[in-house]
Amino acid sequence: MHVKFDLNGRPVASDVEPRTTLADCIRNDFGQTGTHLACEHGVCGACTVLVNGEAVRSCLMLAVQVQGDKVVTVEGLSGDELTPLQAAFRKHHALQCGFCTPGFITTAHALLSHEPDADEERIRDVLSGNLCRCTGYVPIVEAVLEARESYRGSGSK
Amino acid sequence: MKSFNSYIGRPMERVEDLRMVRGRGTYVADVNRPNQLYAVILRSSVAHGIIRSIDSSEALALPGVHRVLTAKDFGTKVPVIPLRLQPLPQLESFHQPVLADKKVRYVGEPVAVVIADSAAIAEDALERIALDIEPLPAIASRSQAEAKRAVLFEEHGSNVAITWSAFRGNADEAFKMADYVRRETFKVQRHAAMFMEPRGFVAEWDEVAGKLTVWGAAKTAWHNRRTLAAQLGLALETVDLIEVDVGGGFGSRGEFYPEDYLIPAAARIVGRPVKWTEDRREHIMSANHARDIECDVEFAVSRDGRFIGLRGQIWADIGAYIRTNGSVGPRNVAQFMSGPYCIEHIDLKSSMLTTNKTPCGTYRGPGRYETDFIRERMIDLVAQDLKIDRVELRRRNLVADAQMPYPLASITPYDSSTELDSGDYHAVFDRCLREFGWDERSKLRGQLIDGYYHGLAIGSFIEGGAAGPKEEARLVLETDGALSVYIGSSSVGQGLETIMAQIAADAMEMSYDKITIRHGSTSYVKDGYGAYHSRSTVMGGSAILLAAEKLKDLIRKTAAARLGCTAEQIVIDGEQAGFGGEHLAFAGLSDEPLEVEAEFFNKKYTWAYGTQAAHVAVDPGTGHVKVVDFISVEDVGRMINPLTLHGQAIGSIVQGLGGAFLEHLVYDDEGQLLTGSFADYLMPTASDFPNIRSITVELKPCPNNPLGAKGAGEGGLIPVGGVMANAVADALSHLNVQPMELPLSPPRIWQLVERAEAARSAT
Repeated sequence: MHVKFDLNGRPVASDVEPRTTLADCIRNDFGQTGTHLACEHGVCGACTVLVNGEAVRSCLMLAVQVQGDKVVTVEGLSGDELTPLQAAFRKHHALQCGFCTPGFITTAHALLSHEPDADEERIRDVLSGNLCRCTGYVPIVEAVLEARESYRGSGSK
Repeated sequence: MKSFNSYIGRPMERVEDLRMVRGRGTYVADVNRPNQLYAVILRSSVAHGIIRSIDSSEALALPGVHRVLTAKDFGTKVPVIPLRLQPLPQLESFHQPVLADKKVRYVGEPVAVVIADSAAIAEDALERIALDIEPLPAIASRSQAEAKRAVLFEEHGSNVAITWSAFRGNADEAFKMADYVRRETFKVQRHAAMFMEPRGFVAEWDEVAGKLTVWGAAKTAWHNRRTLAAQLGLALETVDLIEVDVGGGFGSRGEFYPEDYLIPAAARIVGRPVKWTEDRREHIMSANHARDIECDVEFAVSRDGRFIGLRGQIWADIGAYIRTNGSVGPRNVAQFMSGPYCIEHIDLKSSMLTTNKTPCGTYRGPGRYETDFIRERMIDLVAQDLKIDRVELRRRNLVADAQMPYPLASITPYDSSTELDSGDYHAVFDRCLREFGWDERSKLRGQLIDGYYHGLAIGSFIEGGAAGPKEEARLVLETDGALSVYIGSSSVGQGLETIMAQIAADAMEMSYDKITIRHGSTSYVKDGYGAYHSRSTVMGGSAILLAAEKLKDLIRKTAAARLGCTAEQIVIDGEQAGFGGEHLAFAGLSDEPLEVEAEFFNKKYTWAYGTQAAHVAVDPGTGHVKVVDFISVEDVGRMINPLTLHGQAIGSIVQGLGGAFLEHLVYDDEGQLLTGSFADYLMPTASDFPNIRSITVELKPCPNNPLGAKGAGEGGLIPVGGVMANAVADALSHLNVQPMELPLSPPRIWQLVERAEAARSAT
């Protein structure tokens, strides 16, 4: 099946099998390998991408479902400079192996874009849908709390 | 004036993060080779059985399928996986074959490999293989193993593979003399490292050059290269294993698994690159499990509360085969049970039982997590019996500074001895009490507040590190003045590139930005050892220090030849080599790169140590436990990077909490794995344990390496199970609830409360 969508700000198109997941499509067809697959059953959140600004699990979504949509992966969030959220992850040592990190960053970005005043409890609650095996989450929450400021007053980024 | 660097000890932000936070890391699933094919593996769905037939004809008929490889494709004798550690000849019959041949021994054991144009086609083909296995009775518990419901290895005749013995002094005499003896039984549940990135390989065989390249190595690339080259009959230098970014290891990733052979062998057979990535279900049933033990243990104590003897039997369920490091956990449970306490007389046996489950290996703090649960529980029970305050009882028995170095129990049959190298255990213990606010919080013990009973606990631990025999570093001062550091250590996510650059920058008195750490290819140094036993910083870092001294000698010699003086007259400062008024910059010092190699040898383990305290609140109605506060204080001798070290500590503690409360690989009586997804195998999430604190101190540098550092990174996890169980017991002391088994899941705590209340109302 033919699918056309916008990936990280540029139009893309591909012929995919109906069963191809969005994750496999963006990784294999378009080489955007920042989106990681760790469970492929929708629990760990490592594959989280933004579809029209909403955080979705690209392992549970089929590529054909994003026809005409705007898809943003972790690669699409920043240019050569780190975003304030990415910089906060680095500053707070909110990643070790880095494998779950793209999913946390896309999830936190979606949260703060919608709710720039989210408090710690809300942040923990939303991030509890993503698994990290290295950090114990404490520094991830610190990083997201620090990055809130950059989302305020600027509207959705 | 001469300038000095001080990168060591600074919380440097990591160089790795710049690529990882932008999705620019390269993990093995991101590696692709031209013309590659894809492999998937058919695994046994039966725990124990005889393979009657494998019919691949329908699978091969599917368009896009190239081969279906079974044991008969690998010659008359299927290669087996040798042991990396404790390679005792009597364990050879338990080595795992890379593919099941006549018999399968666990659910998940590889039986066939399908090679196809895509992973999806290969998975379709997998469904079409007719695999006929005649089931045998399965061994899924210690009682079934001991009753010989079946025997996994008929030629061995027993399900007890080997029994380790830890000994010191004369335990039987000590128990005869003891004023008081307490005996208890404990269980720790099977759980696993469960790193986030699935395992995978891309293998490519170059027929013309006769060279094999394998991407996806981790932890012990050089050892695995030796194993693979021997299995394939290739010369060592024709095999290169390459480590790309690695999504977590924790002891499990990077050991030699069946797929470490199967994927390269498949690439050689089909003559095209082959890629394999496991899925999570496969991972849960194929990567090493850990920690599955039972224990019957006795403490002998004098009237004044001195531990004098420790005796008992451990049964370690090691699964269907003994894997590369399968003895480490069972051995450590016995050898390190005394922990940071003086116990002069020890006699502990640890028997490894073969069962029809996934084989076990090391997981962060192997054996130590289990044994600390047992020991710290016993200490609280002894304190309760003898009516000695449990803080005071621990103080009386901690090894004193003046007793260092303090020998631990020796172990046999693969003999080893070690001694605690240095430390002020009492100082760290008291610091933990102060930081925690023990006295103030003690008022809450046993109190029922808003439906939760409150309890406290404290426990101390030791953390071994820096396993030998050696590590290797090669330093190259490039002609433009940059420094390339090639290292045999490997990265599993711990920030190796950052830490090694800090060490190299200080040693060479160079700017941190001029240094590139190169690790992860077996072609970089002659013989690397890798990342295990918290060894990278101490072993790799010390190798860099030794190499830096050699490189500075070479720089002096090179500069002296140009400046017409002796090498001894050259002063190195600010990336320049000078004599008198003349200075030669490192950049352009020589027309050729200046290159040196060095090895750091070490026979002595480092022993970091610490104390943890916890405050919990237990809901007696649901069995749910809230961790109100948790603090860990650890002495690591010398910190290289406080930021990454703190990260290791917090992450390790939360993994330990996962083991204490959540994580459990459950099998039924026929050896079927019941927890095959992240929906069944529960790990900590961001909302579970928000209140974790860690303090690292530098009280006693390690006397046995030039950095003074002690391996750290596992320690945070080690005492967590024991501390949590003691805190729950403390909270429920009015009911005399005594958890003897992990995990402390809500149903288990609820049942203990129910039983205790029933017993109380009966009396």
